[in-house]
Amino acid sequence: MAVLEIRDLHVSVEDKQILAGVNLTIRAGETHAIMGPNGSGKSTLAYSVAGHPKYTITSGTVTLDGEDVLAMSVDERARAGLFLAMQYPVEVPGVTVSNFLRSAATAVRGEAPKLRLWVKEQKQAMTALEMDPAFASRNVNEGFSGGEKKRHEILQLELLKPKIAILDETDSGLDVDALRVVSEGVNRVHATGETGTLLITHYTRILKYIVPDFVHVFVAGRIVEEGGKELADELEANGYAKYLAADAADAADAAGAAPDAAGAAGAALSRPLPV
Amino acid sequence: MASADAALSIADVIATERDALGKQGHTSEGSIAVGVTPSTPKNPADARVTRMLSRDPDAFAVITGREEDWRFTPLARLHGLHDGTAAPTGVLEVTVTGAPVETIGPDHPLVGSALTPVDKAAALALRDFKEGQLVTLDGELAEPVVLSFRGTGQVSYGHVVVDAKPFAKAVVVLEHTGQALHSGNVEVLVGDGADVTLVSLQEWDDSSVHLSAQAAVVGRDARFTSVVVSLGGDLVRLNPTVTYAGPGGSAEFLGLAFADAGQHLEHRLFVDHEARNCRSRVTYKTAVQGEGAHTVWIGDVLIRAAAEGTDTYELNRNLLLTPDARADSVPNLEIETGEIAGAGHASATGRFDDEQLFYLQSRGITADEARRIVVLGFFTEILQQIGVPSLEERLITAIENELGTAAQVPA
Ligand SMILES: Nc1ncnc2c1ncn2[C@@H]1O[C@H](COP(=O)(O)OP(=O)(O)OP(=O)(O)O)[C@@H](O)[C@H]1O
Ligand SMILES: [Mg+2]
Repeated sequence: MAVLEIRDLHVSVEDKQILAGVNLTIRAGETHAIMGPNGSGKSTLAYSVAGHPKYTITSGTVTLDGEDVLAMSVDERARAGLFLAMQYPVEVPGVTVSNFLRSAATAVRGEAPKLRLWVKEQKQAMTALEMDPAFASRNVNEGFSGGEKKRHEILQLELLKPKIAILDETDSGLDVDALRVVSEGVNRVHATGETGTLLITHYTRILKYIVPDFVHVFVAGRIVEEGGKELADELEANGYAKYLAADAADAADAAGAAPDAAGAAGAALSRPLPV
Repeated sequence: MASADAALSIADVIATERDALGKQGHTSEGSIAVGVTPSTPKNPADARVTRMLSRDPDAFAVITGREEDWRFTPLARLHGLHDGTAAPTGVLEVTVTGAPVETIGPDHPLVGSALTPVDKAAALALRDFKEGQLVTLDGELAEPVVLSFRGTGQVSYGHVVVDAKPFAKAVVVLEHTGQALHSGNVEVLVGDGADVTLVSLQEWDDSSVHLSAQAAVVGRDARFTSVVVSLGGDLVRLNPTVTYAGPGGSAEFLGLAFADAGQHLEHRLFVDHEARNCRSRVTYKTAVQGEGAHTVWIGDVLIRAAAEGTDTYELNRNLLLTPDARADSVPNLEIETGEIAGAGHASATGRFDDEQLFYLQSRGITADEARRIVVLGFFTEILQQIGVPSLEERLITAIENELGTAAQVPA
């Protein structure tokens, strides 16, 4: 059974600390949801685990089945079984979806899938996600609508069958039908029991389709609260205000300032609150 | 003379974009000159209107390298092809498939009918070539006509004339392989209503040198497509040009070049709009990799006073794969009439897109393979515009071979 362990992860971007000690364990078959305000570092966590060069790991560890993920190159991580569905998938001009998918499948599986079987597999996966077959001959993400890009990410998830899948706001920008179709795709992968899923989201609406085993509240670069799916409903009702205030108080404590309520409230208000 | 009002309205239709990304991008400042006349060129060095044309090599001064046209070219590497000191020692081997071809000499009446040389190098080749090829196109040809030229170590002058009769439709491919110091001009006569695609594929050995002026005259309501693919050779310098013999003509220039360490691949285009209601599109992409790799793209477009209703756009994109490589890009637009349908150019030289690399790598694809895929995609975008699937596949294979043999990009 695959397990991804993130321990005390600190990450900075251009000398600015974004992640301040993240601890998280994800096992195959589990679904975790991370919710948190804009700019709290959710995508940073996702990219850091995937190995994006922009992020510097200053301390902490990430292991997949005991193997040091941080020592691996980006492609090694993917071949080890990590997958990131991106919040903003990248356009690759001149490279068709079918060429791209086949290159990825060849890399991850360690051998080129037999052409005839592959064509069938790709077609089935596209049909399941209600994607027009014409997408196969279009260039990767070029001119795709926001929702089409997200379907294409989940198409890759289904074809690559990773051990751990991190889905960064895959639900954002999806219409109601697309949300259902994409969720069903995620659930098909989940149903195999071989994949652990980390779902980064702002909305509980996707959690009606994909039921999380754990919900984590992410504020100012770390997880500040954990619970079951009822925590998501509470967040939707009350927002992140109490966590932000607590975080500001912590920061004030750390700075050695008087931990009076007014100071904490003032600091909290200096941050943009989610609406 | 264009009035101030006319100049203003022209400025409105010109969309110019210039984004030099990355420090190694040598995108020179291009120019748009509106309302120039032969007596008052805005920039005499660039003005096409005032350029001297002649079939007589002796009418041109010796090329020194200080001329605007030659400032990017390393003259020493031409081994005398530009000044007449490289005496021809033979001709390229040629194999022809797809249509009968007639062997011609410099005195053939069609020689010089589309091309009047703009420099000494082209004039020398035009005067002194021994064996040229005349391809006559009539009707619609299902299969491409292929002229496969192979160098076997000689200094050679050559000449190709493609004479497309009215309403002919065909693809002509000129392949260049082997080792040679070769200067050869190409003339394409596109008859009224004809549709001709000319492909010039440079797959020379590493030490070859190739100079070629490729001039087309496009008839009334005719279409001409020039596809240039430059991959091999120590130095390649091509001059594709077009003029229009009547209104309603359309010319499309698609080009790509991949320069490895030490290679100089130069493409200088000139689109001369004199007839009314003609269209031109130029799309060139180059990638450079390794020390001394150098591509040069010059795109000159002249819209003469009579060329009302002209619609033109030029695009050049260059990809710097390593910091020790160089790409120069100079678009120039001279406009002498206010009554145009559209005119503009865009040029950008940038580094490899790390986000594309990350995206592919995050799907398990190694960095080297990801770079290969992205560069191939960068070029494929142009090939997708040719619209002849068998040709696209063939050219993609040529590029794949080139990328496979190119030294791997350091990470
Ligand atoms: N190059 C950079 N320089 C400085 N700060 C940066 C840089 N890149 C990202 N950041 C900051 O890192 C913080 C975390 O960004 P991240 O994208 O991880 O947030 P997020 O939680 O995913 O937000 P959202 O919900 O809006 O997607 C933000 O405040 C962002 O501005
Ligand atoms: Mg984000």
